[in-house]
Amino acid sequence: MFRRRPSDAAATVTLTVDGETLSVRPGESVAAALLLSGRAEARATAVSGAPRGPYCMMGVCFECLVSIDGVGNRQACMVEATDGMRVERQMGVRRIGAA
Amino acid sequence: MMARVQLAIVGAGPAGMAAALEAKRLGLACALIDEQPRPGGQIYRRGSARDPSLEAALGPEYAHGMALIERFLAAGIDYRPGTTLWDLSSTRRLSLVTASGAEELDADQVILATGAMERPVPIPGWTLPGVMGAGAAQIMLKTAGAVPRKPAVLAGSGPLLYLLAAQWLEAGAEIRALVETTPAANRFAAAPYLPAALWQRKLLSKGLDLLARLKRAKVKRFTGAADLAIEGARACEAIRFRAGGAAQRIEAELVLLHEGVIPHVHASLAIGCAHDWDPVQLCWRPRLGAWGETSVEGVAIAGDGGGINGAEAAEHLGHLAALGAAHRLGAIDAAARDGAARESRAMLRRLAGARRFVDALYRPARGQRVPKDDATLVCRCEEVPAGEIRRAARLGAIGLTQAKAYTRCGMGPCQGRLCAPTVQALVAETRGMEAAAVPPYRPRPPYKPVTLGMIAAFRDPAFRVESAAEHLYRQDVKDEV
Repeated sequence: MFRRRPSDAAATVTLTVDGETLSVRPGESVAAALLLSGRAEARATAVSGAPRGPYCMMGVCFECLVSIDGVGNRQACMVEATDGMRVERQMGVRRIGAA
Repeated sequence: MMARVQLAIVGAGPAGMAAALEAKRLGLACALIDEQPRPGGQIYRRGSARDPSLEAALGPEYAHGMALIERFLAAGIDYRPGTTLWDLSSTRRLSLVTASGAEELDADQVILATGAMERPVPIPGWTLPGVMGAGAAQIMLKTAGAVPRKPAVLAGSGPLLYLLAAQWLEAGAEIRALVETTPAANRFAAAPYLPAALWQRKLLSKGLDLLARLKRAKVKRFTGAADLAIEGARACEAIRFRAGGAAQRIEAELVLLHEGVIPHVHASLAIGCAHDWDPVQLCWRPRLGAWGETSVEGVAIAGDGGGINGAEAAEHLGHLAALGAAHRLGAIDAAARDGAARESRAMLRRLAGARRFVDALYRPARGQRVPKDDATLVCRCEEVPAGEIRRAARLGAIGLTQAKAYTRCGMGPCQGRLCAPTVQALVAETRGMEAAAVPPYRPRPPYKPVTLGMIAAFRDPAFRVESAAEHLYRQDVKDEV
């Protein structure tokens, strides 16, 4: 979806998304990391399974809800990626207690 | 952790930062809380490291914001980033969550500087991944230096669309097309305000300069576009629309929609502030006094959260709100307050002239605010289409609260932020009422989803959530039913 402009900042932060390793620059949000890796789809809805991706990037729309380090329904646009973070996209209905 | 301050400011955008700087100058015990990890609000968002070439691409207004942020950070203000307000009580107790836990803060005076959000654009296919707000794309640029990897389409109306296009060009991105939905009739509606706007030559010449840059870059433009729709199976593949009497279709994986911004009134509605319908900006705005005071004692609003006036005005409004709060706290007398306010008031008068022109010129087309068909989703969270809202209105829903009870619109995690303007318009039109006569949602705390563990931690700081199973959001509970 997006690409980084060339700059001096190195992609020194490493996280995993659905088990795949991504490197991002410090300060980038999890939602930005998804979009920069070509993942338009952040989740599938609980109601119909329809695909959704980040829409507002400012914490208003709740379309970018993902599981971060085992905690579900986190707003990916409001959380900065950190080293070792484990992100899972929420596809369809979530289960209580599912990590 | 319990604490008390004279003044609590919510939001670190231009209004909040200006208010905090003035409160600091006046010696008030003040705290500023902000949900984002870094100050600046949405307009002056930035990444963790400064990037001079990016800042140059973002233009002189952004540079002004960077200087404001530096002054704010250097002033020794009690600034609490990464802190979310989820309840504000009638005794002005702020319930907060942070990365590390829960906090409460009592304040004698509160200034809400919670800013604006993009107006939702409910066209067919707007929920597909790859369709975002133009403001969202601008946040990608400001915080991650990111531009579209393939040429994208900008569609809608308003100054931000042109600004983003110019910033993208400056940052080395290509634009596939600019699809403009501004109704031609708006020019006539705006014409009477042009003389007042001419006093703001800087703003007008900025607008003309943006258009000239798009022309030089040979960006393909469609004007008077209508009947926009997004095509795609599991993601955005193309945008369809009518322009110049012909059907158009442009392939793109990324489409940025924009129809202006509206005040983010979630908290001000929740605490029961009186609001008025703004028939030009087509949104609710809190009823404010000369110092930003709301109808709720001790709570003022500054910046775009009180009505869209832009970042420059927001700074002045923040300054005035801090002076008003200082006077109510007895820290300064009326003469000192009024004297210190003079310059900001003069600036706001000048800015207002240009604002009326911009508001009339870019008033969104009805087709971009209200779905023509019944199938287009209005409430993205609960997947409620326009037809169901119309049916609820015919059955007797006379306001948003009833529409919510009938259809579940506004009952998902965004708590109605993204559907309220559309439900408002649909109920009004279906019932033949003025929009102003349709009562808005009454949001309830928590203003943002909070874990049960966080709430438990308020009364027992030793409480620790041991497993993810205890992180029950309302959405989870519903999913299991």
